[in-house]
Amino acid sequence: MLSCKQASLLVSQSLDRRLRWRERMSVRMHLWICVYCRRFTQQLALIRRMMHAWQDQATDQSEVALSQAARERIAQQLDKFY
Amino acid sequence: MTSNSHDWLNEHGDYLYRFALTRLRDPHQAEDVVQETLLAAIKNPSFAQQSSPRTWLTGILKHKIIDCMRKQVREIPASTLMSEEDANMDEFFDDTGHWAEKPQAWDVPQDALQQKQFLQVLQQCMDRLPQKLAAIFSMRDVDDMDNEEICKALEITATNAWVMLYRARMGLRKCLEMHW
Repeated sequence: MLSCKQASLLVSQSLDRRLRWRERMSVRMHLWICVYCRRFTQQLALIRRMMHAWQDQATDQSEVALSQAARERIAQQLDKFY
Repeated sequence: MTSNSHDWLNEHGDYLYRFALTRLRDPHQAEDVVQETLLAAIKNPSFAQQSSPRTWLTGILKHKIIDCMRKQVREIPASTLMSEEDANMDEFFDDTGHWAEKPQAWDVPQDALQQKQFLQVLQQCMDRLPQKLAAIFSMRDVDDMDNEEICKALEITATNAWVMLYRARMGLRKCLEMHW
Protein backbone atom coordinates (compact mmCIF):
# COMPACT_ATOMS: atom_id res chain seq x y z
CA MET A 1 0.00 0.00 0.00
CA LEU A 2 1.28 3.46 -0.89
CA SER A 3 2.02 6.06 1.77
CA CYS A 4 0.44 9.50 1.40
CA LYS A 5 3.86 10.82 0.44
CA GLN A 6 4.19 8.31 -2.40
CA ALA A 7 0.57 8.76 -3.46
CA SER A 8 0.86 12.56 -3.60
CA LEU A 9 3.90 12.35 -5.88
CA LEU A 10 2.07 10.00 -8.24
CA VAL A 11 -1.05 12.19 -8.20
CA SER A 12 1.10 15.16 -9.17
CA GLN A 13 2.84 13.13 -11.90
CA SER A 14 -0.52 11.98 -13.24
CA LEU A 15 -1.01 15.62 -14.30
CA ASP A 16 2.24 15.52 -16.26
CA ARG A 17 2.48 12.03 -17.72
CA ARG A 18 0.39 8.93 -18.25
CA LEU A 19 0.89 6.68 -15.22
CA ARG A 20 1.68 3.01 -15.72
CA TRP A 21 -1.17 0.60 -15.12
CA ARG A 22 0.26 -0.58 -11.83
CA GLU A 23 0.78 3.00 -10.64
CA ARG A 24 -2.78 3.93 -11.59
CA MET A 25 -4.17 0.99 -9.66
CA SER A 26 -2.13 1.72 -6.54
CA VAL A 27 -3.12 5.41 -6.58
CA ARG A 28 -6.76 4.46 -7.08
CA MET A 29 -6.64 2.10 -4.10
CA HIS A 30 -4.97 4.68 -1.93
CA LEU A 31 -7.51 7.36 -2.84
CA TRP A 32 -10.32 4.91 -2.09
CA ILE A 33 -9.30 4.78 1.56
CA CYS A 34 -7.62 8.19 2.10
CA VAL A 35 -9.81 11.29 2.28
CA TYR A 36 -6.78 13.57 2.65
CA CYS A 37 -5.22 12.48 -0.61
CA ARG A 38 -8.63 12.71 -2.27
CA ARG A 39 -8.81 16.34 -1.16
CA PHE A 40 -5.25 16.86 -2.33
CA THR A 41 -6.17 15.51 -5.77
CA GLN A 42 -9.22 17.79 -6.07
CA GLN A 43 -7.20 20.78 -4.93
CA LEU A 44 -4.50 20.22 -7.54
CA ALA A 45 -7.23 20.02 -10.17
CA LEU A 46 -8.72 23.30 -8.92
CA ILE A 47 -5.32 25.00 -9.03
CA ARG A 48 -4.82 23.77 -12.60
CA ARG A 49 -8.24 25.13 -13.64
CA MET A 50 -7.41 28.55 -12.19
CA MET A 51 -3.92 29.02 -13.60
CA HIS A 52 -4.96 30.55 -16.94
CA ALA A 53 -7.08 33.10 -15.10
CA TRP A 54 -4.16 33.74 -12.76
CA GLN A 55 -1.87 34.60 -15.70
CA ASP A 56 -4.48 36.91 -17.24
CA GLN A 57 -5.01 38.69 -13.96
CA ALA A 58 -1.29 39.00 -13.25
CA THR A 59 -0.66 40.39 -16.74
CA ASP A 60 -3.57 42.84 -16.64
CA GLN A 61 -2.37 44.85 -13.65
CA SER A 62 -2.24 48.19 -15.42
CA GLU A 63 -0.38 49.93 -12.59
CA VAL A 64 2.75 47.95 -13.49
CA ALA A 65 4.48 49.36 -16.56
CA LEU A 66 7.87 49.81 -18.18
CA SER A 67 9.73 52.71 -16.62
CA GLN A 68 10.25 55.77 -18.81
CA ALA A 69 14.00 55.10 -18.79
CA ALA A 70 13.57 51.50 -19.91
CA ARG A 71 11.12 52.55 -22.60
CA GLU A 72 13.55 55.11 -24.01
CA ARG A 73 16.44 52.67 -23.84
CA ILE A 74 14.47 50.06 -25.77
CA ALA A 75 13.31 52.65 -28.33
CA GLN A 76 16.95 53.61 -28.93
CA GLN A 77 17.92 49.98 -29.45
CA LEU A 78 15.11 49.58 -31.96
CA ASP A 79 16.31 52.68 -33.86
CA LYS A 80 19.86 51.38 -33.88
CA PHE A 81 18.73 48.41 -35.84
CA TYR A 82 18.19 50.50 -38.98
CA MET B 1 9.28 49.06 -40.13
CA THR B 2 10.77 51.54 -37.69
CA SER B 3 7.39 52.99 -36.95
CA ASN B 4 5.98 49.47 -36.67
CA SER B 5 8.41 48.45 -33.98
CA HIS B 6 7.73 51.66 -32.08
CA ASP B 7 4.03 50.94 -32.32
CA TRP B 8 4.68 47.52 -30.86
CA LEU B 9 6.62 49.08 -28.01
CA ASN B 10 3.89 51.64 -27.34
CA GLU B 11 0.94 49.32 -27.63
CA HIS B 12 2.31 46.09 -26.21
CA GLY B 13 5.47 46.99 -24.31
CA ASP B 14 3.80 47.24 -20.91
CA TYR B 15 1.83 44.05 -21.47
CA LEU B 16 4.96 42.13 -22.49
CA TYR B 17 6.85 43.59 -19.53
CA ARG B 18 4.15 42.51 -17.06
CA PHE B 19 4.06 39.03 -18.58
CA ALA B 20 7.85 38.74 -18.30
CA LEU B 21 7.71 39.96 -14.71
CA THR B 22 5.28 37.19 -13.74
CA ARG B 23 7.85 34.66 -14.92
CA LEU B 24 11.23 36.23 -14.16
CA ARG B 25 10.29 38.64 -11.32
CA ASP B 26 13.44 40.68 -11.87
CA PRO B 27 12.61 44.06 -13.52
CA HIS B 28 15.94 44.30 -15.31
CA GLN B 29 15.70 40.82 -16.77
CA ALA B 30 12.10 41.53 -17.74
CA GLU B 31 13.11 44.74 -19.54
CA ASP B 32 15.89 42.86 -21.33
CA VAL B 33 13.62 40.12 -22.64
CA VAL B 34 11.08 42.71 -23.86
CA GLN B 35 13.87 44.43 -25.77
CA GLU B 36 15.12 41.14 -27.21
CA THR B 37 11.57 40.26 -28.20
CA LEU B 38 11.02 43.48 -30.12
CA LEU B 39 14.42 43.19 -31.82
CA ALA B 40 13.65 39.62 -32.84
CA ALA B 41 10.28 40.79 -34.11
CA ILE B 42 11.91 43.40 -36.38
CA LYS B 43 14.32 40.85 -37.76
CA ASN B 44 11.62 38.39 -38.58
CA PRO B 45 8.40 40.25 -39.27
CA SER B 46 6.85 37.35 -41.16
CA PHE B 47 3.84 36.85 -39.00
CA ALA B 48 1.65 37.48 -42.04
CA GLN B 49 -1.47 38.34 -40.08
CA GLN B 50 -1.88 34.80 -38.80
CA SER B 51 -2.32 36.09 -35.31
CA SER B 52 -2.71 39.41 -33.58
CA PRO B 53 0.58 41.27 -33.01
CA ARG B 54 0.16 40.80 -29.27
CA THR B 55 -0.24 37.04 -29.54
CA TRP B 56 2.69 36.86 -31.94
CA LEU B 57 4.92 39.01 -29.73
CA THR B 58 3.93 37.06 -26.62
CA GLY B 59 4.96 33.86 -28.42
CA ILE B 60 8.41 35.32 -29.11
CA LEU B 61 8.60 36.59 -25.55
CA LYS B 62 7.97 33.11 -24.14
CA HIS B 63 10.96 31.80 -26.06
CA LYS B 64 13.14 34.64 -24.76
CA ILE B 65 11.98 33.92 -21.21
CA ILE B 66 12.85 30.25 -21.64
CA ASP B 67 16.35 31.20 -22.89
CA CYS B 68 16.77 33.26 -19.76
CA MET B 69 15.46 30.48 -17.52
CA ARG B 70 17.71 27.84 -19.07
CA LYS B 71 20.72 29.79 -17.83
CA GLN B 72 19.16 30.14 -14.38
CA VAL B 73 18.23 26.48 -14.06
CA ARG B 74 21.90 25.55 -14.42
CA GLU B 75 22.48 27.43 -11.18
CA ILE B 76 19.73 25.69 -9.22
CA PRO B 77 21.13 23.96 -6.13
CA ALA B 78 21.18 20.21 -6.53
CA SER B 79 18.80 19.85 -3.58
CA THR B 80 15.95 21.26 -5.65
CA LEU B 81 16.71 19.05 -8.63
CA MET B 82 17.11 15.83 -6.68
CA SER B 83 15.45 12.70 -7.85
CA GLU B 84 12.06 11.83 -6.46
CA GLU B 85 13.49 9.19 -4.11
CA ASP B 86 15.43 11.68 -2.08
CA ALA B 87 13.44 14.83 -2.69
CA ASN B 88 13.31 16.30 0.76
CA MET B 89 9.64 16.66 1.60
CA ASP B 90 9.96 16.67 5.40
CA GLU B 91 8.10 19.92 5.44
CA PHE B 92 4.97 18.13 4.26
CA PHE B 93 5.17 14.55 5.57
CA ASP B 94 6.20 12.82 8.78
CA ASP B 95 8.66 9.92 9.04
CA THR B 96 5.97 7.36 8.24
CA GLY B 97 4.92 9.13 5.03
CA HIS B 98 1.70 10.53 6.47
CA TRP B 99 0.66 14.15 5.96
CA ALA B 100 2.32 16.36 8.58
CA GLU B 101 -0.71 18.64 8.25
CA LYS B 102 -3.75 16.87 6.89
CA PRO B 103 -5.32 18.55 3.84
CA GLN B 104 -8.55 20.29 4.81
CA ALA B 105 -11.69 20.55 2.71
CA TRP B 106 -11.81 23.78 0.65
CA ASP B 107 -14.77 25.78 -0.51
CA VAL B 108 -14.71 25.58 -4.28
CA PRO B 109 -15.09 29.13 -5.64
CA GLN B 110 -18.56 29.34 -7.16
CA ASP B 111 -19.51 32.80 -8.36
CA ALA B 112 -17.40 35.51 -9.97
CA LEU B 113 -16.67 37.23 -6.66
CA GLN B 114 -15.34 34.06 -5.05
CA GLN B 115 -13.27 33.34 -8.12
CA LYS B 116 -11.77 36.79 -7.88
CA GLN B 117 -10.95 36.28 -4.22
CA PHE B 118 -9.44 32.89 -4.93
CA LEU B 119 -7.29 34.41 -7.68
CA GLN B 120 -6.00 37.05 -5.28
CA VAL B 121 -4.86 34.37 -2.84
CA LEU B 122 -3.41 32.35 -5.72
CA GLN B 123 -1.50 35.47 -6.77
CA GLN B 124 0.01 35.85 -3.29
CA CYS B 125 0.90 32.18 -3.17
CA MET B 126 2.53 32.25 -6.61
CA ASP B 127 4.57 35.24 -5.44
CA ARG B 128 5.77 33.27 -2.42
CA LEU B 129 6.84 30.27 -4.45
CA PRO B 130 10.54 30.26 -5.42
CA GLN B 131 10.74 32.01 -8.79
CA LYS B 132 12.03 29.04 -10.77
CA LEU B 133 9.36 26.72 -9.44
CA ALA B 134 6.66 29.27 -10.22
CA ALA B 135 8.05 29.76 -13.72
CA ILE B 136 8.27 26.08 -14.60
CA PHE B 137 4.82 25.53 -13.14
CA SER B 138 3.50 28.34 -15.37
CA MET B 139 5.07 26.70 -18.41
CA ARG B 140 3.17 23.53 -17.56
CA ASP B 141 -0.21 24.78 -16.36
CA VAL B 142 -0.52 28.12 -18.18
CA ASP B 143 1.40 27.56 -21.41
CA ASP B 144 0.29 23.91 -21.49
CA MET B 145 3.75 22.75 -22.53
CA ASP B 146 4.12 19.03 -22.01
CA ASN B 147 6.86 17.54 -19.92
CA GLU B 148 9.01 16.65 -22.90
CA GLU B 149 8.89 20.21 -24.25
CA ILE B 150 9.79 21.62 -20.85
CA CYS B 151 12.74 19.26 -20.44
CA LYS B 152 14.03 20.10 -23.90
CA ALA B 153 13.60 23.83 -23.41
CA LEU B 154 15.32 23.94 -20.02
CA GLU B 155 17.76 21.08 -20.64
CA ILE B 156 16.68 19.14 -17.56
CA THR B 157 15.69 15.51 -17.09
CA ALA B 158 12.11 14.28 -16.94
CA THR B 159 12.55 13.41 -13.27
CA ASN B 160 13.86 16.89 -12.51
CA ALA B 161 10.77 18.37 -14.13
CA TRP B 162 8.36 16.08 -12.27
CA VAL B 163 10.02 16.83 -8.94
CA MET B 164 9.98 20.59 -9.55
CA LEU B 165 6.33 20.54 -10.62
CA TYR B 166 5.49 18.42 -7.57
CA ARG B 167 7.28 20.86 -5.28
CA ALA B 168 5.52 23.79 -6.90
CA ARG B 169 2.11 22.17 -6.42
CA MET B 170 2.86 21.19 -2.83
CA GLY B 171 4.00 24.71 -1.99
CA LEU B 172 1.05 26.36 -3.71
CA ARG B 173 -1.45 24.01 -2.11
CA LYS B 174 -0.09 24.54 1.36
CA CYS B 175 -0.13 28.32 0.98
CA LEU B 176 -3.67 28.25 -0.41
CA GLU B 177 -4.78 26.08 2.47
CA MET B 178 -3.54 28.66 4.95
CA HIS B 179 -5.01 31.67 3.19
CA TRP B 180 -8.06 30.53 1.25
